[in-house]
Amino acid sequence: MVTRTVLDAADIDRAIVRISHEIVEANQGTSNLLLLGIPTRGVFLAKRIAQSIKKNYPDFDIETSVGKLDVTMFRDDLSTKPGREVTPTEIPVSNLENQTVVLVDDVLFSGRTIRAALDALVSYGRPKAVRLAVLVDRGHRELPIRADYVGKNLPTSSTERISVKLTESDDEQSVVIEQ
Amino acid sequence: MKKNHYILSNVKLSNGTSVDIEVQDELIKAVGQDLSGADVIDCSGLIALQGFVDLHTHLREPGYEQSETILTGSKAAAKGGFTAVHAMANTMPVADNAAVVEQVYALGKSAGYVQVQPIGAVTLGLNGSQLADLGKMNASQAKVTVFSDDGKCVSDSLVMRRALEYVKAFGGVIAQHAQDPALTVGAQMNEGGLSLRLGLTGWPGVAETAIIARDVLLAEEVGSRLHICHVSTRGSVDVIRWAKARGINVTAEVTPHHLLLTEELASDYNPIFKVNPPLRTQNDVLALREAVADGTIDIVATDHAPHPADSKDCEWGEAAFGMIGLETAASIVKTTLVDTGLIDWVRFEEVLSTNPARIGGLNDQGQAIQVGSLANIALIDPARKFKVETVSQSKSPNNPYLGMELSGEIVHTIYKGTFTVINSEIQILGAN
Amino acid sequence: MKHLLSINDLDKGSAISLLNLAVEMQQVNSREVKKLPALNGRTVANLFFEDSTRTKISFELAAKRLSADVINFTAKGSSVSKGESLKDTVQTIEAMGVEALIVRHHHSGAANTIANSTWSTSAVINAGDGTHEHPTQGLLDSLTIRQRLKGAVDKGDLAGVRVLIAGDILHSRVARSNLLLLRLLGAKVGIVGPATLVPDDARILADFIYFNFDEALADKFDVVMMLRMQRERMNSAFIPNETEYSTLWGLSESRFKALSSETLIMHPGPMNRGLEISSAAADSPQSAILDQVTNGVAVRMAVLYKLLAQETSLK
Repeated sequence: MVTRTVLDAADIDRAIVRISHEIVEANQGTSNLLLLGIPTRGVFLAKRIAQSIKKNYPDFDIETSVGKLDVTMFRDDLSTKPGREVTPTEIPVSNLENQTVVLVDDVLFSGRTIRAALDALVSYGRPKAVRLAVLVDRGHRELPIRADYVGKNLPTSSTERISVKLTESDDEQSVVIEQ
Repeated sequence: MKKNHYILSNVKLSNGTSVDIEVQDELIKAVGQDLSGADVIDCSGLIALQGFVDLHTHLREPGYEQSETILTGSKAAAKGGFTAVHAMANTMPVADNAAVVEQVYALGKSAGYVQVQPIGAVTLGLNGSQLADLGKMNASQAKVTVFSDDGKCVSDSLVMRRALEYVKAFGGVIAQHAQDPALTVGAQMNEGGLSLRLGLTGWPGVAETAIIARDVLLAEEVGSRLHICHVSTRGSVDVIRWAKARGINVTAEVTPHHLLLTEELASDYNPIFKVNPPLRTQNDVLALREAVADGTIDIVATDHAPHPADSKDCEWGEAAFGMIGLETAASIVKTTLVDTGLIDWVRFEEVLSTNPARIGGLNDQGQAIQVGSLANIALIDPARKFKVETVSQSKSPNNPYLGMELSGEIVHTIYKGTFTVINSEIQILGAN
Repeated sequence: MKHLLSINDLDKGSAISLLNLAVEMQQVNSREVKKLPALNGRTVANLFFEDSTRTKISFELAAKRLSADVINFTAKGSSVSKGESLKDTVQTIEAMGVEALIVRHHHSGAANTIANSTWSTSAVINAGDGTHEHPTQGLLDSLTIRQRLKGAVDKGDLAGVRVLIAGDILHSRVARSNLLLLRLLGAKVGIVGPATLVPDDARILADFIYFNFDEALADKFDVVMMLRMQRERMNSAFIPNETEYSTLWGLSESRFKALSSETLIMHPGPMNRGLEISSAAADSPQSAILDQVTNGVAVRMAVLYKLLAQETSLK
């Protein structure tokens, strides 16, 4: 198996900082922002983005702005890939009406996970807007889904595998393409 | 009319001696070495046994012909090495009068594969309270001497006493289906830990044993013959052993399935294994096998109980009770008793032929293989294996051994000198 | 095919996994939009040959919350009352195109028979067969106990929990499923009742057997689960009469008051107030009886999701 590192630890840190600035810029501030990470690594990324926002905007309240959105039960491939465990969804606000939800995931590929995320979100309420932030966009969309904030665009062949490692869950931090 | 005259060569008898047997017409003409003077049929590797006699068969005719007829049942019997069967009385109408038993007798005779001896009911319509036409049935052409309400128990003590007394006059015997109805209301399988887990109403062993205990004492009191059908528990075996030691004139039978199968088979709720009395525990199976060996149990009787497919293709609680067993009996008895070293072929012959013929009063059956005897012979290949298929002589498919490979196949059956089965194939009769 | 016929179809891991999935389903049930698309376009049939209101409604609700279409078949006034066999009923429903059969029947083993037969290719869920089992009841009871005693978000087993099941053990499918599942999850279970209804053979099913209710209660159990006493039992010489049963084995107000205030009171329903359980016990804050009903929907959603959406077998 041939591997090449496309993002090292420092690259990832910088990407997170940039994305956090872009989010605040597009939102014209930090109010009514709700970052929902898609388990597992999306959750870590959402936290990091929130921490980065907090560094520059101390009034930003992480407690009420970061959560998790489990999309397992809304997937369209449940019977073909049955092993997934359902994890809890945590949405720190009771009313989504005024919120701009930013979905956060590590890799955007076919787009089906995000479609499931939109379905999941809809059953909790009707947010003012929904945006998408991903660390890596590797192309090969099967549905008309696009990311608003991207760490790195990585054109790949469909036979390649992208492996994202973050220190919260792995022993290092990198994005690697395996062939 | 073609007459029978042939020699079975190089066959083993139950005592192990190798002989040739010459059959002419209906009789055994000679038994010796290197016989000649007729067509020789090579029987090397086979054991020649007295034709088997079943004291407990359900032929279902009249009334339940969709399950079996006297013809199909006779063929199944012949296939299993039987030359005589006793047809139980729970037909429709019930065999409680001379007309029905004579009808069964006549149909058996015209089928011609085995001697069909009708059993008469003990009570009218099996109602358990009024005696049936016991005397008239005995005096009829069917010459009934065995009476049974099998399917049901003669549970009223007074009726049972009267029946025992009444048949003394003509040497009859009451064959009791021991099952106290009050203790077995809605019973589905053996009562125990398994029935509790499966949620099936239990059939406690004491419901059988208590009736046997009562009946042996009644038989002693009255001085009459008693026969116990399908004994299924260790407790019942103990009571019968005690009764015989006391000199009580009681005989007992066990079915092939109760010598092999246990209640565990009910675990999947497959009604093929639903039977009355139910399959019990391995402890009971061992007690029954020892009892056949030590004489407490006198005979093996099949309780061949055919039912159509629909009666078993349903939930356990809806299914009929019963298994067929004529065609596999010899193999099961061989496997469970001879192969385990508990009995030899001489005892095998006693429990499947000599004793049932004696209990049933059939003089033409159970005769020793010797000069002058009627030629009723079952030739078994103890080493031959066969697969139990759905296609059988019986009309019904409720066979618990389906798909199993058994050993000990009946190769030829001879009834009154005529081959009813050749090379394990049933013959078409009437060519004579 | 994958079925849920008995608690024996589960192992410890899959049982806990089902309970945890049910907790997620509870979340769905507390939202405004109580819907998941997981079984969209799939059809589920409720085959109820025995009367039942709560279980049938519970399953129907569970299926609908997962977006499935539901067919309801009840025996009363149907072809079955005209003598149609189980085989024909099942084959007829199958021919209309269903993917799951939820079966309640008066014969033990009926769900097994359907699952093992050639009549159907659907997943079979046992909703109570004769006196055999009621697996989803066992699951919802275990979930209720875990949440009440160990907290709503606990994800583990029931080690260290002591449960007492009181009443007609012999005829109770709820008791059988509970005995199997509670012990699978590590709880210790005692049974108590009159000797005619608590057979000796039950020693293999439970950890403790009592015939004296007060003696059992004195041994301090964390949960007391009362079973419904069916009035027919009076006629079959199992017990002399209601008053005797109630006096000796009923959870009367005085017996209830003598329990610790932490003891959980449960009942699968429907209750005979005043016979096996007093209103004092049933309506107290210690009673988890209504929780049991609520949890029933979540548990049944979890089972349907696992069997039909994920199409996994449960072991």
